[in-house]
Amino acid sequence: MMLLALTETPGHASGGGHGQLDFMGALFVFMLATFIGLMVIQRVSRLLHTPLMSLTNAISAIAVVGAIIVSAGKDSPGYITLLGLVAIFCSTTNIVSGFLITDRMLKMFKKQEKGAK
Amino acid sequence: MSAETLVQLLYLVSTALFILSLRWMSDPETARKGVFSGVAAMTLAVLGTLTGVIATGGTHYWWILGAFALGAAVGYPLAQVPLTAVPQRTALSHAFGGLAAGLVGTAKFFLYFGQKNEAALAPFIVVALVAEILLGFLTFTGSILAAGKLQEVKWIPQRPVTYPLQNVSNLALFALALALGVALVLHPLAPWAPWAFGGIILLSLAFGVLLIIPIGGADMPTVISILNAYAGLSAVAMGFVLNNKLLITAGALDGSSGLILSIIMCKAMNRSFFNVLFGAFGQTTTASAEGEQKAYKSDTVESAAQVMEQANLVVIVPGYGMAVAQAQHKVREVYDLLKKRGVTVKFAIHPVAGRMPGHMNVLLAEAEIPYEDLVEMDEINGDMPQADVALIIGANDVVNPAARSDKSSPIYGMPIIDADKAKTVYAIKRSKAPGFAGIDNELYFLDKTFMLFGDAKAVMGELARKLAGESGH
Repeated sequence: MMLLALTETPGHASGGGHGQLDFMGALFVFMLATFIGLMVIQRVSRLLHTPLMSLTNAISAIAVVGAIIVSAGKDSPGYITLLGLVAIFCSTTNIVSGFLITDRMLKMFKKQEKGAK
Repeated sequence: MSAETLVQLLYLVSTALFILSLRWMSDPETARKGVFSGVAAMTLAVLGTLTGVIATGGTHYWWILGAFALGAAVGYPLAQVPLTAVPQRTALSHAFGGLAAGLVGTAKFFLYFGQKNEAALAPFIVVALVAEILLGFLTFTGSILAAGKLQEVKWIPQRPVTYPLQNVSNLALFALALALGVALVLHPLAPWAPWAFGGIILLSLAFGVLLIIPIGGADMPTVISILNAYAGLSAVAMGFVLNNKLLITAGALDGSSGLILSIIMCKAMNRSFFNVLFGAFGQTTTASAEGEQKAYKSDTVESAAQVMEQANLVVIVPGYGMAVAQAQHKVREVYDLLKKRGVTVKFAIHPVAGRMPGHMNVLLAEAEIPYEDLVEMDEINGDMPQADVALIIGANDVVNPAARSDKSSPIYGMPIIDADKAKTVYAIKRSKAPGFAGIDNELYFLDKTFMLFGDAKAVMGELARKLAGESGH
């Protein structure tokens, strides 16, 4: 059913961009992104905390990137591909439902209609 | 331009769009732009990844497409749930997010292990892998349980479950998981490594359950926020494993969002993180003993309607009871009728009212109440002494003055909406039972307080009829 070839060339994971690992670079990115996140989120209106959480749900489904890399590996045994595919399914669920429901909620937030008062 | 450069460029733009997406959430006016920006960012991320995979000779494209299609087919109905079910939908999607991260981590470990790939199992990577599966699987079971509690599934206990030595045994399990993790970092290619890895997975799954069972409904906003942060952090860990900076940034944005929401929720309950997670509120139910001789004063909806008509300012304080009864549309009718008579109506929103951050705002927005009239606790409290009527709909602990005055109360120190400072208080309550914390609410026994017992939707509907009917006089 699924490709069951074992690996021939250990050393490089396909698609993962694994060349030399840049630990420090990765940590710097993490630190900076966290600060940006904290500052941006602090300004989010309290009115919108529920939609915010749905939106970040969808954003955390960025795990789909890792899931695609795992699923597409041509040297992986079938069960690993399967794990990746399930992860794609889970992430896609979050992407689709997260963005849709956020938009659905945001559409409901309306200002006072003019002249209605 | 090499394929790798193209991929990184796409990731770079995607990162910028994710940041903008959250930036635009600062204002309801621009928030929908934020969603479009998020969708664009995600599309670029997927396209970039596919480009990279194709360039390095990937495979299984039909399978991948199938997984996408299936995910979309399940995701679409999940976005159509009624808004009262949004807390459990959110918890469920944290579960999916955690599971995805956990599975990718598992796949990566066994792939490297199978290849005997020592370079890929460098200590830094293994630490990240362990963090990824720990957070991922813990978020998975924890969120499933939280969703079950929110949905009030029968076989999941609603009340906090506590037992002796709970925290000690949890910590022992956690220490065991950490020990396995350390062993794995030191000897990633040992013959027992897969067993150690499997052990960590099982412990994480168990840990998620154990962490959530002692948590009660009123703590759900905090817990959902914490699980939100974990889901983000597991994506960060995945980014470290795959050396993928887009995963790190997007995960960090999600993690910091969860962190800030948890801090806001904790502050609004005057509790620490630690206290929410490890200090199950469940046992403190003894405080109500001396309150027995006090009596409620109830009143008819008709006289409540008359008082409200004469008012200049009515402040409505909604709580979880409004969500349970789905009363928001009836609330809107009352709001309209009062406005028509020149009464100013404001809503006082406590940060932890409901079961997730911002829960009340979304329900009231659904009922098309303009968001200018939804006022935060800190802003409305200054106006409370001017309010002629405070109308409390299914809220309890968030208006309990014991939080200000009674040092022995479990909720002492929690910031509250000063409903007791209004000239008259009407409280709609389902039953005479005390609220979540098991303590009587002094507010209900004040001279100026009148109770309207009944289902919030029914009472608000009757109130609307009375207000409408009297216009003929």
